[in-house]
Amino acid sequence: MSDAIKQATLEYVIRLGDDSVVLGHRISEWVSYGPFLEEDIAYGNVALDYIGRARMYYSYAAELADDGRTEDDFPYMRSDREYRNLLLMEMPRGDFAYSQVRQLLADAYAAVMLPELVKSKDETIAAVAAKAIKETKYHLRRSRDWVLRLGDGTEESHKRTQKAVDQLWGYTHELFDMDETEQLLADNGIGVDVSKLRDAWHAMVSEILTTATLTVPDDSWAVRGGRTGYHTENLGHMLTEMQIVHRSHPGCQW
Amino acid sequence: MNEISLMPAEQYQRLQQRNAADVKELWDLLDMIKDPELPVLSIWDLGILRDIKRDGDRITVTITPTYSGCPAMDNIRTDVEKALNDAGYQEVTVNMSLSPAWSSEWMSPEGRKNLREYGIAPPEDADLDEDGLTPEAHAQCPHCRSRNTRRISEFGSTACKALFQCNDCNEPFDYFKKI
Repeated sequence: MSDAIKQATLEYVIRLGDDSVVLGHRISEWVSYGPFLEEDIAYGNVALDYIGRARMYYSYAAELADDGRTEDDFPYMRSDREYRNLLLMEMPRGDFAYSQVRQLLADAYAAVMLPELVKSKDETIAAVAAKAIKETKYHLRRSRDWVLRLGDGTEESHKRTQKAVDQLWGYTHELFDMDETEQLLADNGIGVDVSKLRDAWHAMVSEILTTATLTVPDDSWAVRGGRTGYHTENLGHMLTEMQIVHRSHPGCQW
Repeated sequence: MNEISLMPAEQYQRLQQRNAADVKELWDLLDMIKDPELPVLSIWDLGILRDIKRDGDRITVTITPTYSGCPAMDNIRTDVEKALNDAGYQEVTVNMSLSPAWSSEWMSPEGRKNLREYGIAPPEDADLDEDGLTPEAHAQCPHCRSRNTRRISEFGSTACKALFQCNDCNEPFDYFKKI
């Protein structure tokens, strides 16, 4: 592996790890607040899948970096400006409709992205993707069912779900952005050219929203910046909570 | 109920691997390691024990997680190390392998039977839906064997299970998902 590709791969793996840990943590905020017990447990399990992915990506990042950092250093010892997750993942928990709409947008993204990522020439990345694909089928069915139920539910649930769609839509554009790092990896068969995936994602999400009697928003606004470390104010607050124990007891083992 | 045991190809390969191994006694030894969340399943039965190698005094064990976030993996790793240490092997490495991804096809026939007796429906006790996922109904109840059941939640007490309830005996039960 040339140095340039190795550096890009490290950056890429950190990005994927950041997406996973931030969304996983956001979902975990529902634990003990779910609308009923089974749903609470279901959400906890989805959170675990995402946090598990994050661990796999960060372990690999530590191996690639080879500078003494461990898998824990990446999530716990970086500030929000050093995080590279997509903004969609860091949006706050909101109400249940908001969380489920975000979940649908993210699950649909995983559903179009992972089948490409699994073709990666990087064996570790391909292996993580292969595991994640199986889990994502279950995640997507659950978020899809909830969006259908809420969108095509009561007047109140419909209103809240549509509001969530309208508020989150502008954060989905950067899911399909490429930069030099990702282009280099895509050209070398390691990363995914996500710019080619928006049509498939849009078709999948539109079909679900329409069936749920919701309106697919137009593309009149977009917010970007996650991949370059320019985050919304939400991430800093989330990291404060997520990192406090680790940072208060550096090096602690039990 | 009479069972005609049809062994999946993957299971047959695992058995061949185990019987051909020059460390057969280590495979036997590790039968004592159970999944902490499914104490009726050994790591062999569950199919997460992938390989054992001996190189001089060094033993290398390879395991694979069922789901990405399976919280039992750290415990299993420690249990494997301890069992081998107690048996006199001091140099033990436990590797986590992600590829190929774990499949419920790797579960042993005994494991499936034990699961059912424990009150968890094994993967083959439901016909999957058209998407190849857990169906909305008709997983067989491990308690009264009725097919008149319904899915309550896509995710049960752990990520590898879905939650069902029997409409005949009314008992809730976990179904081990097919992946």
